[in-house]
Amino acid sequence: MPETLLDKLWTRHLVQAESTEAPAILFIDLHLIHEVTSPQAFDVLASRDLAVRRPDLTFGTLDHSTPTLPANETGRLPYVTPEAEEQVNKLISNCAKYGIELAGMGDARRGIVHVIGPELGLTQPGKTIVCGDSHTSTHGAFGALAFGIGTTEVGHVLATQCLLQRKPKAMRVRFSGALGPGVGAKDMALAVIAEIGADGGQGYAIEFAGPAVEALSMEGRMTLCNMSIEAGARFGMVAPDETTFDWVKGRPHAPSGDAWDAAVADWRTLTSDAGAHFDREVTIDASRIQPMVTYGVSPDAAAPVGASVPAATTKSAEAARAYMRMADDTALQDVRVNRVFVGSCTNSRISDLRAAADILRGRKVADGVVMLVVPGSEAVRKQAEDEGLDAVFIAAGAEWREPGCSMCIAMNGDAGAPGDLVVSTSNRNFMGRQGKGVRTVLASPATAAASAVVGRIADPRDFIQQEAV
Amino acid sequence: MAVEPFRTLTAKTKVIAVDNVDTDQIIPARFLTTTASDGLGRCAFHDWRFDEGGTRLPTDPFGADDMADTPILVAGANFGCGSSREHAPWALRDFGFRAVISSDIADIFKSNALKNGLLAVEVGQDVHAHLLQNGGCTLTLDLEQRVLTLDTGERIAFEVEAFARRCLLDGVDTLGYLLGQQEAIRAYEEARQ
Repeated sequence: MPETLLDKLWTRHLVQAESTEAPAILFIDLHLIHEVTSPQAFDVLASRDLAVRRPDLTFGTLDHSTPTLPANETGRLPYVTPEAEEQVNKLISNCAKYGIELAGMGDARRGIVHVIGPELGLTQPGKTIVCGDSHTSTHGAFGALAFGIGTTEVGHVLATQCLLQRKPKAMRVRFSGALGPGVGAKDMALAVIAEIGADGGQGYAIEFAGPAVEALSMEGRMTLCNMSIEAGARFGMVAPDETTFDWVKGRPHAPSGDAWDAAVADWRTLTSDAGAHFDREVTIDASRIQPMVTYGVSPDAAAPVGASVPAATTKSAEAARAYMRMADDTALQDVRVNRVFVGSCTNSRISDLRAAADILRGRKVADGVVMLVVPGSEAVRKQAEDEGLDAVFIAAGAEWREPGCSMCIAMNGDAGAPGDLVVSTSNRNFMGRQGKGVRTVLASPATAAASAVVGRIADPRDFIQQEAV
Repeated sequence: MAVEPFRTLTAKTKVIAVDNVDTDQIIPARFLTTTASDGLGRCAFHDWRFDEGGTRLPTDPFGADDMADTPILVAGANFGCGSSREHAPWALRDFGFRAVISSDIADIFKSNALKNGLLAVEVGQDVHAHLLQNGGCTLTLDLEQRVLTLDTGERIAFEVEAFARRCLLDGVDTLGYLLGQQEAIRAYEEARQ
């Protein structure tokens, strides 16, 4: 029987196969934890006097509740509330108590959980990877079975290194053709979500395939897999190839020497076999994808940047238009921008920052627009500063911040003001996501930077063409 | 920990006829700095219910501090989409909801809900439309039989993942179940080395 990549990853990790009565017991190779979704799980462990079964397969970071402004002159970090600081301290003490490695404040490895896992080489093809965070699908870019879990399940993994899971159905999304200039992985992600809907991937694991996916960098593949959950799919994945192996090689936790060769030989088998059955197949012509932006309060309300807001056909869509203050037929490029955010586990990697800097170099953020650039990790920050990207952002009038989730989830104090229109490289345009009453427009780093310069939603290709002349 | 068993529930519905109710609506992220899982009822749908100062909005679709009288939430399509925060079902339970019905419920939310005594039920388009149009009607959810009895007397079969159903019916401790599989886990670990 030809197998899908999902089949292969699933079978390898079965402690016990599923039956009518019970889900499979799946072994977890890597458990990433952060401050927000772990404290209640550790409390369960403590109340039952349980140990962490495999601290060696567990790794912690601080990202959601952490400030992105530096410490003040007394060395104190500007936490949004004492509760946020307490939450951070709780992860620090839990990691110390249970012997879990933590990339804490000041650690050069710290950053957004879905940025540092790959950076450190913890994320590898063939692994099962979980985290109490829905964007864990990001790690599927390496050919891993990676998915978000709730806090009860965080407790299950801490105590047993296993999860009870039903196998998802398999969907393949093929991107044929090649992307045009100024179009990237974020536009592919928004295009597929617009195509299948915010619930189109419910119950599925999505494998992204085709020439336009093979042509993506690892950063691009991570962006694409990251957004799987915005189509309702817990899992997104790409079969590993030379691009993957080149990216993983030499990273701190990657295998080395003979173990590396053996690992790569094994990883090469992690592809869907010819003729493998998918429960659903979707094909998208990559050459037709334009830079995409959202106009609603669900990520599937996405359209090419040159389009107008389509007519609302449901009460929910009407309510979304009212919240976004975008009437039917509004040209998206007429929409005024108050803030721009470049960051998040979707788009805070070095290639994202380069794409934004390429547009901002020698230009200024428009009057009245506040722009935040938040690197995904300390390593990304260092790389960007070595390349002088921070200077480009600062010269353009943007703020260059400390790594963290920042305005993607806006729980650390980084938020817009009520009514603000934010062009954001993050993943969710939900009402109030970036602050109460804030209107979010999702876009790629290039589109976000172009919009910052123009002061309205803008097409990054206008800048690229300008340079080509 | 074992959750409170759920067998049958006969009660009134509360309708929120909005599609794509995401977890940021159910509980805004700024409340996630808590390290507790109880007492989150006031945070449930907070920004739909209260203004900045905590005063109830005239537009609050819930209109009360406790949903005990209407503990079955009927919502639009794709309920619970978005984040994995288990704070969402914690908040809904503490707000008084014991079940949620929609045409489709997001995967992670559904998994989290069932682990916290919040029955998540998906129904067909016709039944969904009927329920959305008849807010406050009395339904019976029989988890043992997996039958939803409508206000019209019509009986509708529904699916719930078998293990989650057993856990809800019998109050099974899922962590205890997994801990009982230590031998198999150890054997797997040894075979992998």
